[in-house]
Amino acid sequence: MRRFALIALPYTWLLALFLVPFLIVFKISLSDIALAIPPYTPTIKDGFSALIRGLDFENFIFLTTDDLYYKAYISSLQIALISTSLTLLVGYPMAYGMARAPAEWRATLMMLVILPFWTSFLIRVYAWIGILSNEGFLNQFLLWTGLISTPLTILNTNTAVYIGIVYTYLPFMILPIYAALDRLDDSLIEAAEDLGCSRLSAFWLVTVPLSKNGIIAGCFLVFIPALGEFVIPSLLGGSGTLMIGKVLFEEFFNNRDWPVASAVAVILLLILIVPIVLFQRNQQKQAEADT
Amino acid sequence: MKRLSTFNVTSLTFGFAFLYLPMLLLVIYSFNSSRLVTVWAGFSTQWYGELLRDEAFLSAAWITIKVAVMSSTLATILGTMAAYVLVNSGKFFGRTLFSGMIYAPLVMPEVITGLSLLLLFIGIGLDRGILTIVLAHTTFAMCFVSVVVSSRLVSFDRSLEEAALDLGCTRFDAFRLVTLPIIAPAVISGWLLAFTLSLDDLVIASFVSGPSSTTLPIKIWSSVRLGVTPEINALSTLMIGIVTIGVITASLISKRSAVRAQKDAQAAERSA
Repeated sequence: MRRFALIALPYTWLLALFLVPFLIVFKISLSDIALAIPPYTPTIKDGFSALIRGLDFENFIFLTTDDLYYKAYISSLQIALISTSLTLLVGYPMAYGMARAPAEWRATLMMLVILPFWTSFLIRVYAWIGILSNEGFLNQFLLWTGLISTPLTILNTNTAVYIGIVYTYLPFMILPIYAALDRLDDSLIEAAEDLGCSRLSAFWLVTVPLSKNGIIAGCFLVFIPALGEFVIPSLLGGSGTLMIGKVLFEEFFNNRDWPVASAVAVILLLILIVPIVLFQRNQQKQAEADT
Repeated sequence: MKRLSTFNVTSLTFGFAFLYLPMLLLVIYSFNSSRLVTVWAGFSTQWYGELLRDEAFLSAAWITIKVAVMSSTLATILGTMAAYVLVNSGKFFGRTLFSGMIYAPLVMPEVITGLSLLLLFIGIGLDRGILTIVLAHTTFAMCFVSVVVSSRLVSFDRSLEEAALDLGCTRFDAFRLVTLPIIAPAVISGWLLAFTLSLDDLVIASFVSGPSSTTLPIKIWSSVRLGVTPEINALSTLMIGIVTIGVITASLISKRSAVRAQKDAQAAERSA
């Protein structure tokens, strides 16, 4: 009996506040917009048969006809992909440096990587507004060094979004790669060098393949949240930056079109399922390899 | 023999400069006396004064802390229960669904979580306010807690709990007196994680908050959208300072307890 209560409480909580809300989103995505409270039709009050008859895939068809949505999905994928690659380019050398640092530094370096994660996300994104704006620190610095003669426009472009994503998600990339590199047996590299590999080819042929799982985990940990990101494109991106999280937010709050917003959410989730399943599989494979 | 090459040192230096310069600039310019945030005009603490006199910010901060304490405590209780069930309960009806619901919120985009919870609250006619934010935060934070706690429970030696049961403890007492003290570090870090997630959340709170329950991130968001302001710089500095002190203290405490555990182990070996 007590075991039942132990299972039932968290179970019911998640059913009521995670699964049911999601089913509601799905149901509303099949409804039509209406000038009522709540602003869609049909509702449960209309009776079951009217409810079933009133549902259709109209909103999903609408999403395919209006190229705003289509472009938003493509550009979200593109932005997430580019930023993930950039994060890997910045994160891998850092994780590699950390793994080769003297043992007594490592705890401190680890803490330095984790510390920003505990700091407010919003504030870390906000910090870049002051740096990237036309009269911001970066332009002041570049003008002072004489590298440029007119300020660069970075804020409110996709470049600013890339910088923001790389900056805020960097710890998620560094930590799994560092964990993989930390376990790496140094004698393998020495063996490769003894057998005539140059240091660079030993790195490409031994270190990189052995840290593959860390790289994959890090990339997914950046790619998945970046795809649905809302704060970064809204603060750093311009009016031309289309990202699906932003479109959903605006559809809901500015246009008050709940059915279309729900349909956008359903499609976003469908797109996310592929990388999530791949990520899970990678984690499972790694867990099996460890035991 | 490992040695740091020039390349390693350079990448670490630039990497950490990239991570910390933006925050350092925020901190420095929060003491700027000019309202123009990118032009240095002399040292001043006036923005801190203005921040502390700003009623709207203070009440938002208070609401945020209340929400974070309530939701992280609830999330810790529910998350620990969920972790215990997942690790110890073996097979039960709907286990796959249960573990799916634990892991899904971790990767769910915040806009979807926020939207779906709002539609639920409207559907059941619950007025948006502090309660709805607490419910929302508890739901996604309990999943994070449960992942943290279950990773500790997996390595926990169950024979200790069985010994307590054999010696006449009830199941609950065995959990309270044996299991809980052992998994306590994970439960505490789960609580801290839940607390931080709640303090930090903007997107979900924007969906489920009402007009009388503006949290600090929502307040910051509405002023940040208009550009950089010195008051926000001051607020950021305060938040960065609190987090830095917290993280450093936590790491010192865990280091000290690790040292103590090592000493205890050595003493035990000597006496044996």
